[in-house]
Amino acid sequence: MPDTPGRNAIEVRGVRKVYGTGEAQVAALDTVSVSIRENEFFTLLGPSGCGKTTLLRLIAGFDFPSEGEIMLYGQDIAPLPPFKRPVNTVFQSYALFPHMTVAQNIAFGLEMLGKPRAEIDARVAEMLKLVRMEKLAKRRTSQISGGQQQRVALARALAPQPKVLLLDEPLSALDYKLRKEMQIELKRLQHETGITFIFVTHDQEEALTMSDRIAVMSSGKILQVGTAREIYDRPAERFVADFIGETNFLEARIVSVDGGKAKVTLNSGATIAATLPEGFKPDGSATVVIRPEHARAVKDKGDISGVVENVVYFGTDTHVHIKLDDGAIFTVRQQNTRGSAADFERGERVGIVIGDDAAQILKD
Amino acid sequence: MATAAEIEKQAEARETRNRWLLSAPALIIILLAASGPLLIVLIYSFLTPGPYGDVEWKFSTEGWVSVFLERDIFDDTLALATSHLTIFWRSLRLALMATVATLVFGFPTAYFIATRSERTRDVWLFLITIPFWTNLLIRTFAVLQVIRNEGIINTALINLGIVDQPIQMLYTDFAIMVGMVYVYLPLMVLPLYASMEKLDFRLVEAGYDLYASRWQVLRRIIFPLVRPGVVAGSILVFIPAIGAYVTPSVLGGGKNMMFANLIELQFGQGRNWPLGAALSITVMAIVMVALLVYVRNTSGSEVRHG
Repeated sequence: MPDTPGRNAIEVRGVRKVYGTGEAQVAALDTVSVSIRENEFFTLLGPSGCGKTTLLRLIAGFDFPSEGEIMLYGQDIAPLPPFKRPVNTVFQSYALFPHMTVAQNIAFGLEMLGKPRAEIDARVAEMLKLVRMEKLAKRRTSQISGGQQQRVALARALAPQPKVLLLDEPLSALDYKLRKEMQIELKRLQHETGITFIFVTHDQEEALTMSDRIAVMSSGKILQVGTAREIYDRPAERFVADFIGETNFLEARIVSVDGGKAKVTLNSGATIAATLPEGFKPDGSATVVIRPEHARAVKDKGDISGVVENVVYFGTDTHVHIKLDDGAIFTVRQQNTRGSAADFERGERVGIVIGDDAAQILKD
Repeated sequence: MATAAEIEKQAEARETRNRWLLSAPALIIILLAASGPLLIVLIYSFLTPGPYGDVEWKFSTEGWVSVFLERDIFDDTLALATSHLTIFWRSLRLALMATVATLVFGFPTAYFIATRSERTRDVWLFLITIPFWTNLLIRTFAVLQVIRNEGIINTALINLGIVDQPIQMLYTDFAIMVGMVYVYLPLMVLPLYASMEKLDFRLVEAGYDLYASRWQVLRRIIFPLVRPGVVAGSILVFIPAIGAYVTPSVLGGGKNMMFANLIELQFGQGRNWPLGAALSITVMAIVMVALLVYVRNTSGSEVRHG
């Protein structure tokens, strides 16, 4: 993970994309601004229809923004056609040319750039080696497996040495095991080539494990940008907290504010400490989020108390569903150690210990 | 009691019989309606012409000789039949030009239709087929109205003061070309559309993404992928074009004959049925050779997709 932020490879400034006219107008992107750093593995994460693919297509040049600028190393590329942008795409469908061999596919971009034959051949050989496809260079793309097609698509997009590589849900067509392999492969390729990757996915696990930074999108807006840890531990909005991982949402009233911390009284009666998000304007009521693994169920009195509804054993950990006094269900996830598993009974009154800094107040 | 093997054998026999019964109608039509007349034409080409048309059942190669050679009426010496060769050449040239012209006009048309939304595509296809509803002769006379000396084009040009004299377009090879392009365009557009509709336009995007200009995308990606449509369309246009009869006789006048007109002449005024028959077989041979060369050159090393 690059700790020192370098130059910005891509800067998206106030970009809007509107489809249709008049009454039927739909904003696929609603004034989005984001900076993507050089050599970064940046992920656009969100459910389908959130605008992540639209943003990628605007950067690639397949669509043009209705408003705003897209800067590539300081130059506005928004008006340029795709073949004049030093940016390449790995398509969700791979879009390999069926009338060419693996090697011809990889060579295509270099040929279009008018590189000399010797340089093209050397670069194709290098790319084949990079994605470990040397033996299949002469094959037709219809004669290789899905995972191999994926590698060819990557090699083809990387061969012209783009300034930025765009990946549009490239792993979604692969089965689970292959997807895991390709995740590692992608990280390796990004590390070896030093190219800025912009990766689009709706899979939160994929986003968390691979990205240097993540932008969470919903309804044409970017809700939060941050490292996997920041997004997971400090979700700014309800949507982010809900979309990524499991979370307990608790309604509360703010009792007092002290710097970045606040004392809140939950609807179930207990009063706990919670972290305030930046730029939060307290107006009395708030939503508190606590991740299930940041809390612990105990036999004696905890910070909150409730009655055990259900105990679900998962092997590595156990989920305890606890009904609070206001009827809300609170889930606690605890790691199983020898002899500790599932010693809670249904209907038993238990306490919940909230870890330090575990409770977050949401912005909205 | 029949054994299992016997029962199986009986079932197999029944299957074979059924297969023959089912294909019988098609076989009868092919034998009677296609191969039969062709055989008659072949036989006629080796007979002697009768005085008032028809044939006399006497073997003769004179019909075949006169396809390429001319016998002098006074001293019986043979010379190359230049009038026939001119007509062969014109037919071949006009058919090829019409094929290329329909491809040039048909390709963008098919591309345009294939890139419309699904609903509007049907409307465009419907419009393309409208000329088929009218008789070929009527359509050809409509073209005549447009290009004749007192036609729309010449009247407009004279009224606009661009020319003083009408441009002679009717009764030229150009007129035949225009007529054939108009008549055969749908035969090119429909197969081209069929293969373009199957084209994955994400491949076009991938091409643009990999620095290919519009022209390079067309040449390196779209064209190779719709090649089956180009081949089918070209064959569908070339075959009727080389045998065109109505178009050259209406728009070409008496002196710009094509194959079919020459053949018709032998069966009519010429009263030389063996020559007409030999000419017909010659056209068939030319078409077959042309197709063989074309298909071999276009399907070469490229692997078909889909």
